Amino acid sequence: MSALEQIRSVRGTAVVVPGDDIDTDRIVPARFLKCVTFDALGPQLFYDERFREDGTPKDHPLNAPGAGDAAILVSGYNFGSGSSREHAPQSIHKAGFRALIAGSFAEIFFGNATTLGMPCVTLDPEDLGVLTKLLRSAPDTVVEIDVAAREVRADGRVFPAHLPGGAHGALLEGRWDPLADLLESADDAVALAERLGYRTAGPA
Amino acid sequence: MTDTAPRSLFDKVWDAHAVRDLGDARTQLLIGTHLIHEVTSPQAFGMLRERGLPVLMPERTFATVDHIVPTHSRVEPFEDPLADEMIRELRSNCAGHGITLFDLDTGRQGIVHMVGPEQGITQPGSTIACGDSHTSTHGAFGAIAFGIGTSQVRDVLATQTLIMGRLKVRRIEVNGELPPGVYAKDVVLHIIRTLGVNGGIGYAYEFGGEVFDRMSMEERMTVCNMSIEGGARCGYVNPDQTTFDYLEGRPYVPHGSDWDAAVARWRELASDPGCAYDDVVVIDAADIAPTVTWGINPGQAIFIDENVPDPARAADEAERASIQEALDHMKLQPGAPIAGTKIDVAFFGSCTNARLSDFVEAARVLEGRTVAPGVEAIAVPGSQIVKAECERLGIDKVFRDAGFEWRGAGCSMCLAMNPDKLVGDQLCASSSNRNFKGRQGSITGRTVLMSPVMVMAAAVTGHVADARDVFGASQEVMA
Repeated sequence: MSALEQIRSVRGTAVVVPGDDIDTDRIVPARFLKCVTFDALGPQLFYDERFREDGTPKDHPLNAPGAGDAAILVSGYNFGSGSSREHAPQSIHKAGFRALIAGSFAEIFFGNATTLGMPCVTLDPEDLGVLTKLLRSAPDTVVEIDVAAREVRADGRVFPAHLPGGAHGALLEGRWDPLADLLESADDAVALAERLGYRTAGPA
Repeated sequence: MTDTAPRSLFDKVWDAHAVRDLGDARTQLLIGTHLIHEVTSPQAFGMLRERGLPVLMPERTFATVDHIVPTHSRVEPFEDPLADEMIRELRSNCAGHGITLFDLDTGRQGIVHMVGPEQGITQPGSTIACGDSHTSTHGAFGAIAFGIGTSQVRDVLATQTLIMGRLKVRRIEVNGELPPGVYAKDVVLHIIRTLGVNGGIGYAYEFGGEVFDRMSMEERMTVCNMSIEGGARCGYVNPDQTTFDYLEGRPYVPHGSDWDAAVARWRELASDPGCAYDDVVVIDAADIAPTVTWGINPGQAIFIDENVPDPARAADEAERASIQEALDHMKLQPGAPIAGTKIDVAFFGSCTNARLSDFVEAARVLEGRTVAPGVEAIAVPGSQIVKAECERLGIDKVFRDAGFEWRGAGCSMCLAMNPDKLVGDQLCASSSNRNFKGRQGSITGRTVLMSPVMVMAAAVTGHVADARDVFGASQEVMA
């Protein structure tokens, strides 16, 4: 019934962007929000962290050899805090990433990323530390996020991953973009809006 | 209602707006009021066009332009062609779909979180969404209001609903008397410092207790505005007579007998005595002092008479690294006092603190003083209505005479999407809400968040300073 892809797993190499509380201003600086489509956001991911003001690259995990081919972005706690800008997960997606692993995610970011079909799973602190260390010593390690089983696998190890039920079901069933579901009940929404008096309100 | 168990305001509003239960604790939630601006809406309208979908209830979406508008000149076309394209796109989308736009020529334009309350569009008991994280501001009226992404802006335009998981509710109670010279901004910075920038994930914050009961609506808006900086997607205050007095007579509220009926309905919304909360935090107002940030997130805050932390004394490696990163960016010495830190720019504006009462109080302390040599000081009213009212009261003259630039309404240097930006590693004493790296337009720019009166103290002394020392101890107790 759904035309969307069922996202059961994401597999590929991973890039670790270390740190906690990485805010969406850092993920996409505000000046890049001056756009009427999301199309050009890929190269702007973490721009000010990756490039000097003269445009030359800094030492950043995303500038490392092979980073451009990675499918998974790994970070710390409260990833994506601050602004609600969907430009942040859009930029991550357009840069080629298909999933994120972190200690925790800020709420608006989590919802925005899920709506793009990009799973955001969390690991327990110890496991996140082990995975991060592993990826630093062996950046070519292939990581698999098994969405269905809620597991992250890498280098023969299996880490239990956390993903709330709503997002889990939506990804597996190919309903991560909710618009089709919402449209089904549009008539009910109109009726409720009328009952609550929203449709009669107007300026004096 | 057969269910007589005591409920929180959050639960009452949520239950009333549930269109259907989608399982997995997710709800299709009616969004009564949708606010849009030029930055996060054009892509959503584009998505509707791609799918050939109309806007379901255009009369429930209200627009203004705030993020990209220049504050020094309103001459169009704007110098920045991208900014000009964005405002034209917003106008075209609003005109094409029959959406009310509070444009630059209406006298009612401003930061979207100022416009909703000013027009009486923001009402108790409603659900409010906007593609902007500071939508939590509207919770000051007893609304459930939260920021959304652009795909969700599309969802609201197309269906007037969203899929949301129900939030837990944490009541944050601040009781007692705030000491003189302590403002709503200090209260919320203190809460974020205490509970952490991620402490509110999964929660709505209910702000209650004597301090919030006494606060004006504008002070309540300052607090609710920064809920998101503590990780809470929405924050609210139960509606009371202060709320109704603020709203009465505003353009979009009911009038006559409809007004009385609305107030009667709104009175029922406040959390019932004895309702269950998922968490309760109690803070003594007497423990709060003027608070400023020293780091690169709003939780990295200290009282004005405290010293910045020393990474050597951190509890663990993660905290050590986080302190070190912040000190490196801010160019501060471990263990040094924050007071006395030299500033380059004083920014008074933003949806956190650019309302009339902020300007009245700031003008009261600024009158007859001048901005310190070498400090660039700008005052940016949050809305055209605030600006006009300030000018009627002569407040603009106080600022101009002191050496502030007096600007037009908009988001301005809070996020520097317009020409108002820091340059290089300038340090800005700012009444805004975020001190993230690069937030104010320069990668190496530095932000110290504080209340408007503390911004005045920094502006006139040229350094981060205790306003109680600069202006004397005679300040009123605000809340």
